[in-house]
Amino acid sequence: MATTTTTAVTTTPTPDGAGTPAIRRRQRLLFLRNAKAMTGLVIIGVFAVLAVIGPWIAPMDPDALSSDVLSPPSAAHWLGTDHLGKDILSQIMVGTRGVMIVGFTAGILATVIGVLVGVTAGYIGGAGDEALSALSNVFLVIPQLPLIIVIAGQLPSAGGLTVAAVIAVTGWAWGARVLRAQTLSLRRRDFVEAARANGERTWRILTAEILPNLTAIIAAGFVGTVTFAVISQITLAFIGVTSVSDWNWGTILFWAQQNQALARGAWWWFAPAGLCIALLGMGLTLVNFGIDEFVNPRLRSTGLHARELRRRGIRPRIGFTPVVHEAEEGRR
Amino acid sequence: MTATVSDRRPPAVPERTPVLEIENLSVDYGYDDDPAHVLRGVSLTLHRGEVLGLAGESGCGKSTLAYAATRLLPPPGLVTGGRVMFTDRDGSRSDVLALSDAELRAARWQDVAIVFQGAMNSLNPVFRVGRQIADGIRAHRSVGRREALDRAAELLEMVGISPDRLRDYPHQLSGGMRQRVMIAMALALEPQVLLMDEPTTALDVVMQRQIVEQIAELRERLGFAVVFITHDVSLLIEMADRIAIMYAGEIVEDAPAREIYQRPRHPYSSALLHSFPPLRGARRELSGIPGAPPNMAHLPTGCPFVPRCPHAADACRAGRPTLGPTAFAEAGRSVACTLHDGAREVPQELAQR
Repeated sequence: MATTTTTAVTTTPTPDGAGTPAIRRRQRLLFLRNAKAMTGLVIIGVFAVLAVIGPWIAPMDPDALSSDVLSPPSAAHWLGTDHLGKDILSQIMVGTRGVMIVGFTAGILATVIGVLVGVTAGYIGGAGDEALSALSNVFLVIPQLPLIIVIAGQLPSAGGLTVAAVIAVTGWAWGARVLRAQTLSLRRRDFVEAARANGERTWRILTAEILPNLTAIIAAGFVGTVTFAVISQITLAFIGVTSVSDWNWGTILFWAQQNQALARGAWWWFAPAGLCIALLGMGLTLVNFGIDEFVNPRLRSTGLHARELRRRGIRPRIGFTPVVHEAEEGRR
Repeated sequence: MTATVSDRRPPAVPERTPVLEIENLSVDYGYDDDPAHVLRGVSLTLHRGEVLGLAGESGCGKSTLAYAATRLLPPPGLVTGGRVMFTDRDGSRSDVLALSDAELRAARWQDVAIVFQGAMNSLNPVFRVGRQIADGIRAHRSVGRREALDRAAELLEMVGISPDRLRDYPHQLSGGMRQRVMIAMALALEPQVLLMDEPTTALDVVMQRQIVEQIAELRERLGFAVVFITHDVSLLIEMADRIAIMYAGEIVEDAPAREIYQRPRHPYSSALLHSFPPLRGARRELSGIPGAPPNMAHLPTGCPFVPRCPHAADACRAGRPTLGPTAFAEAGRSVACTLHDGAREVPQELAQR
């Protein structure tokens, strides 16, 4: 890739490699030093752990009835119980697995389809591009939720993975469209044309030259699709299209709605599930911010220390180089 | 370039009033704890109507100096010290680094204009060139579209392009013509300083020569000062009044062009001049400079040229030499080298009189 003269200075080859491994290690850890990305990762990590061990550490069986009917949070039931005396905390912990599996499976599937269709369409051009673009345009204008409801309703025993597949099949088109546009622009850049002129195989150009430049968009698309998938799945459960006996956060909301939790003042029934959804969405968004800064080498060295920059009075902007009068003697 | 350019060059400007004074400018790349110090206390004075050449290897800080002095360095560039004093026609002085955003925006192009490296790619492909020149004029002066276009036509004529090309789109012009359009744009507001960052590097020699001659001629007519950045030292010797040689973020020698060519005083200047064939006179051995420029993030103490210098001594490693008079106390020349401290005898190749 073309290096500008300004950055060339810093990349001058050096005979002494002093401090290079340390710098490299630090650069790798930069992603973790970003407070936003870190917070997001921790949130997602907690939910991921809960998804794995939730059913085992849940204090009781989420389907077990008890005599404490519709009781508010207490020592015995930390998040209270529902109208049949089932423990809400256990329902949330057991339900996390379904939400995470569907969210991430749908995210991965939709991203893979989107990358395949979008990058191929952008790169090959011509009739293939026309066909693939037409396909993604069709999927773009299909109203997603009604289609998901129809498909999920048609499949008799729609389990989590089926729902994930349906969400992925209906949700890949937006990502494909963005990727196609970006690939079109990348394809005409000098470094790609040089690779083509060199006789590189198409497969290698796509994986080595084009895909690394699409990382940010792919990652952002993935995170966006996961959020969309989680919300779709919860919506499906909430309106009762999918099986209401499989626990996930949407199922909890379904039962809460069915039994007028709000009217009966049973806030502990729906609030925790709603908060979990919001928290997971926030975690995914924060990771998205972090990814953006991490994959862009220019942002990497500038955007990560926002607080430190503010303290020193540095505001990085194009066309107005920050001026700091500090330690003038110390630098000589 | 051939000899004709220098023969037609006007004699050095008699009254030497400074127009741009760079004092102790320091620039870092990187906002973290371990930045690369790419400029370390650079001082340079540009006089009114003068052509100052900035030369040096790739990555020595030539472009950084020009961009830092105008606050155009992109992130992660950071000016960490120094002043850049601009003296207006009426004698009022202002520090470019202390201007507010609005003042800076107003001063750019008006006082100091820049022709960028590969400037011909700066033209927007969907607008006619005339409109692009006129837009710039109208951003700074309250003139009508008609008037601005008239001025644009005048400017195009000035750089040797027929005014009927005003209605052309950039792709209809050749690379050299686009570059000249950019020069015309830079001159639109009659700036007092014109910074040219390798304006001819992407062009063939014929076009290079036309442009360089044009700049020399326009300078004579309009009286602006030029900072000409290039690594083509032979081009500089032909067109510049004064040359500053940079190495590792510092100016190592600053002298009139003719003098630096005939009598270099710094080992690096001498080595640089021996890296290309002379234009006239006897053939000489081309030597090149062994080694590579130092890593700016980890500079050793002492003179940064020590590892590549044929005259390096212990004194060179002790402390960083500063820009001072030559051993022969020549007027208008300064050099940063311990050889000129008087403690050692200056080697014969650096002592020609």
